[in-house]
Amino acid sequence: MSDFVEVPLHRIAYARSGDKGNRLNIALIAAAPHYYQTIAEQVTESRVAAVFASRRPTRVVRYDLPKVAAFNFVLDDVLEGGVNSSLGLDGHGKSLSYLLLAALIRVSRDLLEGGGNSMGSNAEVLGSEPPSQR
Amino acid sequence: MVSRVFIGCGAGFAGDRTDAAIPVVRALAECDGPRYIIYETLAERTLALAQVARRSSSGPGYNPVLDNFIRPILRDCLAAGIKIVGNFGAANPRAAAHRIAELARELGCGPLKIAFVEGDDITSRLSPAEFAQREVGGQLLAGHPEIVAANVYLGAEPIAEALAQGADVVATGRVADPSLVLGPLLHSFGWPLEDLDRIAAGTLAGHLLECGAQLTGGYFADPGYKDVPGMDNIGYPIAEIDADGCVVVGKPAGTGGLVDRRTVTEQLLYEIHDPAAYLTPDVVLDITDVEIEEIGENRVRVTGARGHPKPEKLKATVCIDGGFLAEAEISYAGPNAAARARLAIDTVRKRVARQVPQLTLRADAIGVMSVHADLAGEAAREAWLRAPDDIRVRFAAQFPDTETAEILLGEVEALYCAGPAGGAGLRRHITPRLLSASCLIERDLVTPTVSLLQGTP
Repeated sequence: MSDFVEVPLHRIAYARSGDKGNRLNIALIAAAPHYYQTIAEQVTESRVAAVFASRRPTRVVRYDLPKVAAFNFVLDDVLEGGVNSSLGLDGHGKSLSYLLLAALIRVSRDLLEGGGNSMGSNAEVLGSEPPSQR
Repeated sequence: MVSRVFIGCGAGFAGDRTDAAIPVVRALAECDGPRYIIYETLAERTLALAQVARRSSSGPGYNPVLDNFIRPILRDCLAAGIKIVGNFGAANPRAAAHRIAELARELGCGPLKIAFVEGDDITSRLSPAEFAQREVGGQLLAGHPEIVAANVYLGAEPIAEALAQGADVVATGRVADPSLVLGPLLHSFGWPLEDLDRIAAGTLAGHLLECGAQLTGGYFADPGYKDVPGMDNIGYPIAEIDADGCVVVGKPAGTGGLVDRRTVTEQLLYEIHDPAAYLTPDVVLDITDVEIEEIGENRVRVTGARGHPKPEKLKATVCIDGGFLAEAEISYAGPNAAARARLAIDTVRKRVARQVPQLTLRADAIGVMSVHADLAGEAAREAWLRAPDDIRVRFAAQFPDTETAEILLGEVEALYCAGPAGGAGLRRHITPRLLSASCLIERDLVTPTVSLLQGTP
């Protein structure tokens, strides 16, 4: 049994996206503060650029906000012109937060099974199995 | 000396729930101190469309949803002394003020003062070439196209001025969204504009409130991961702001929704780029040291906003004609649906290319991959290998006029008889579009004005 498991980012983080013209921002927030470091190590600018490769980002910047256990990603030119120009259904990029949350992340089993500290009210949803498999 | 101000949000966008403000007003009526309810109903596109309607005399120029938002709460707000501030004036704040006066008469309200803020409309202030010189982040205006609408984001001061003149209701056009909250705070607390950290705190409160339910569990729920009770009755947010800039956010008792560290953090970063420099007309907001603390059930304290001097120039959104978006959809289901859907795409592509050779035509397969897909279909390639057996094909392209848009819509419709077997459920739409550019405008070119409606009952 490995000490690490690979899970979708959705298991340990949540996200909300917003747009300004052809620029997208995605706030990525650790579901509990003890996941912050794992996310910081693996969800890098280049990793996010790779997740969005088909949208041809010209620049990806990550801003770190440790006090709120969050990261802000800013992706330039990924909205195919933005809400006024895109031919796509989601010109705002509102659904793209969940494209990021589908990316896989390696998490130590201890952390996932309730290690860490100050889990607070999130402990229940962070069990080792997703709710659908309980 | 005012020590605490209460500000609720009644709507976060023009299409928002029109009954959401009722519990907010009820809760505010119980609070002790200055109380306000704000409405943010003016997306970029909403304003430009209102401009077009006003100029062609096909609409009032203000946002007609105004009635639906104001009617349920106007009487109670006036009775309780809750002031209403909203950007529902759109392209014609003066007309919006008159409409509110009419509503007040219809509802049998007593005398009231309605203020309107103008000066955001700078369409005729500069030439297309002068706008082009001021464009940032693009080249949309380089060819000096005709300007459909140009509106600058005003700040909080005219709103504070309107309240100082005794307004019960303030109707604005384009103002920065957080300024809808900062204006009342400037008025109630008398904060000097040089007190950057307090201005920042008020701007942060505005940023959190201006999207309504997005702070209180809306746009957050993800069953099993982020559960939110009472989604059908979400309580819209109310912030308590102290004179020292401390902000506590919550929601009315007896409503659904959720206010916790997670909902507030998501909204804190919504549409933010550099967290150290969120630009507003009033201040440059720095949220890098903001702390979020749960202090009770559905009560969260937000502190640590810092302010830097306001930007030298004001941002304006400048809209030009964007032609028409044509969209048509048709479904294929059952055995071999994916192959039939692909044949439909191939057929339409070939026929449209013969008639409009340079056209960029998008085809998405809803059920296979749609909102996460890209124009070139690159991301969807793998998804096609495990396609479901119920697929909706969506075609989209941009055209200069409705006549040429018909070429695409007609070809998709013709699939009914001339396309692959089993095509069904055709729908077609043509949507007029506006393209928008951002310009930076010198402050001395912009003159906000505050007027009180005369002759109200």
